[in-house]
Amino acid sequence: MAMSQIDPVVIDNAESAVSTRNISKNYGDVEALRDLSLEFPRGQLTSLLGPSGCGKTTLLKIIAGLLEPTSGEVEVNGKTVTGPGPDRAFVFQDFALLPWASVIRNVAFGLEMRGMGKSEREDIAAKYIKEVGLGGFEHSYPHELSGGMRQRVGLARALSVDAEVLLMDEPFSAVDEQTRRKFQEDLLALVQNENKTFIFVTHSIEEAVYVSDQIALLLPRPSRVHEIIRPSNFRSKGVDNIRRDPEYLDIVDEIWASLRTYVE
Amino acid sequence: MTLFGYRLPGMSSLILWGLLWEFVGQSGMTFFVPPLSEVLSTLFEVVQTAAFQKALYETTYAFLAGVFFAIAIGIPVGILMGKNRLLDELLLPWVNVFLSAPLTALVPVLMVLFGFGMKAIIITTTLFGIWIIILNSRAGVKQINRSLVEMAHSFGASPLDAFFKIYFWAALPEILGGVRIGIIRAVKGVIIGQLLISIVGFGALFELYSANFLMAHFWAVLIVLFALAFTISEFLAYLERRVSYYAAKR
Ligand SMILES: Nc1ncnc2c1ncn2[C@@H]1O[C@H](COP(=O)(O)OP(=O)(O)OP(=O)(O)O)[C@@H](O)[C@H]1O
Ligand SMILES: [Mg+2]
Repeated sequence: MAMSQIDPVVIDNAESAVSTRNISKNYGDVEALRDLSLEFPRGQLTSLLGPSGCGKTTLLKIIAGLLEPTSGEVEVNGKTVTGPGPDRAFVFQDFALLPWASVIRNVAFGLEMRGMGKSEREDIAAKYIKEVGLGGFEHSYPHELSGGMRQRVGLARALSVDAEVLLMDEPFSAVDEQTRRKFQEDLLALVQNENKTFIFVTHSIEEAVYVSDQIALLLPRPSRVHEIIRPSNFRSKGVDNIRRDPEYLDIVDEIWASLRTYVE
Repeated sequence: MTLFGYRLPGMSSLILWGLLWEFVGQSGMTFFVPPLSEVLSTLFEVVQTAAFQKALYETTYAFLAGVFFAIAIGIPVGILMGKNRLLDELLLPWVNVFLSAPLTALVPVLMVLFGFGMKAIIITTTLFGIWIIILNSRAGVKQINRSLVEMAHSFGASPLDAFFKIYFWAALPEILGGVRIGIIRAVKGVIIGQLLISIVGFGALFELYSANFLMAHFWAVLIVLFALAFTISEFLAYLERRVSYYAAKR
C-alpha cells in the first residue's frame, strides 16, 4: 500500500507553528476533548477530520483563543495562547459577515480592529477582494451575494490581517459541489503561495485527503486523535491528477474503514 | 375607496364624521359639543394667541428633553442588559414592572419630589418612553448572531468596539421599533404630566378653558394635539420602514 502513516522523521523535521498539549475540555458533564496533543507543521495544511460531535470545532476555537481548555495548553510559535491574537485568523462556517456593512468594510474589519486608518485598510482589503475573485463587488452588501461569494468575503477578511495561522471551520460546507471543488483548488494554491499554516475542519473524507498535508483523524467517546495520516506522493502530481491517484483512493478507503463504525 | 368611479383620497371618511359633528353641534343638543365650523374658526384664532404658542413651546421642549433622556439612557442600558447576565437579572424585573405599571399614578409623587414645573414633566415623559426602549434594545441584542460576537472577539475587538460596531448595529431594527413606541408613549406622558401638574403648557390652557366653559377652545386644542401625535407616529413609522429593508435580510 502506497501510504505513509505516522512518520516520526517528517514530524521531527517540520517545525510546528501550533502545538496543542494534553488539551481537555468539558462542557459540564459532556467531555468534548480528552488529553489531546497535536502538532501543526508550519506552512502546511492540517485537516481535522471526524464524525459529528467529536470536538473539531471545540479544538479549533481553543486554538483560536475563543474557548478556554479545561486543562492543557496551546502554543503558537512557542508562546502559550491566552486569548485571540493577531497571529491567528478565523474563517467561520456561517461566514459571520456584518449584514449592515459593505464587502470592503467587512473585509477591512480585522484591520479596523487593529486601529489601521481607513484609506490604508481599504487599500489592503481591496487587494484581497480581488485575490479571492470578488473584484467589482467591493460596495455590495452580504445579502446581495451568493453563499460562495460570502464565504470568499470571510476568507478575504481572514487573509487581509496577514495572520500566520488560518483557522477554518468547515469553510466550504455551505456551498454547492462545483463551487466547493473550485474552492479546494484555490485553497491548494493558497497553501503553496502564502507561507501560512492552515488548520482546516471538514466532514468530507475526500476533501481532507485532497487538500491536506496532514490529516488528524479524530474519533469520539472519548475524543482523541485516532490516527495521523500524511499523504505524500500525489501532492506534486498536479491538481487535475490527485483524484485519480491510487494513493489518494487508498487513503480515502482507509479513513472510511476507521470511521464507518462511528456512523450509525 | 372609489365613489361613482372617482378615487377618493385617504381618510375621506373623516368628512362624513365632520358633517355629523357639525349637525350635532348645530342642533344644539348639548353645549358640550359646539359645531365643528365654530371649533375650526376658534382653532385659527387660538393658534395665534401667545398663550397657545407658549404652551406649544413648553410642550415641545419638555417632550424633546424627555425623549432625549429616554433614548440616551434607554438604548445603552438595554444593550448592556442584553450583554450582561448579572445586570439583566438585576434590572429586568423592574423594567417589566414599570412597563406595565400605571405610570400616571406616579406623577403626583414626581411633583412632590421634583416640584410643580418643567422638571417633573420632563421626568414623566422620560418614564413613559424609556421602558419599552430598554426592553427592545435588550431583545435586539439577545437575538444577535453569536458568531458575529465571536468574530469580533477573534479579530481583537475591544469591548467598546464590540458595543458600537457590533451590538448597536445588530440590534438597530429592534432599537428603532422600541424608540418608535417609546416616543408615542412619551407623547402621552408629556400631555398627562401637564394635565396633572396643570400650571404649565397645555395643562394650564385646558385648565383655563374648562374653568371658563370655552368648549370650542377646548376642542380646538384637542384637535391640534391629536393631529400632532398622529403625525409624529406616522413619521416614525415611515422612518422605520426605511431602515427595515436590511433587517429582513439579516
Ligand atoms: N457550548 C456547549 N455546551 C455544551 N456542550 C457543547 C457545547 N459545544 C459543544 N458541545 C458538545 O461538545 C461536543 C463536541 O462539539 P463540537 O462542536 O466541537 O463538535 P464538532 O466535531 O465540531 O461537530 P460537528 O462536526 O457537528 O460540527 C459535542 O458532543 C457537543 O454536544
Ligand atoms: Mg463543528
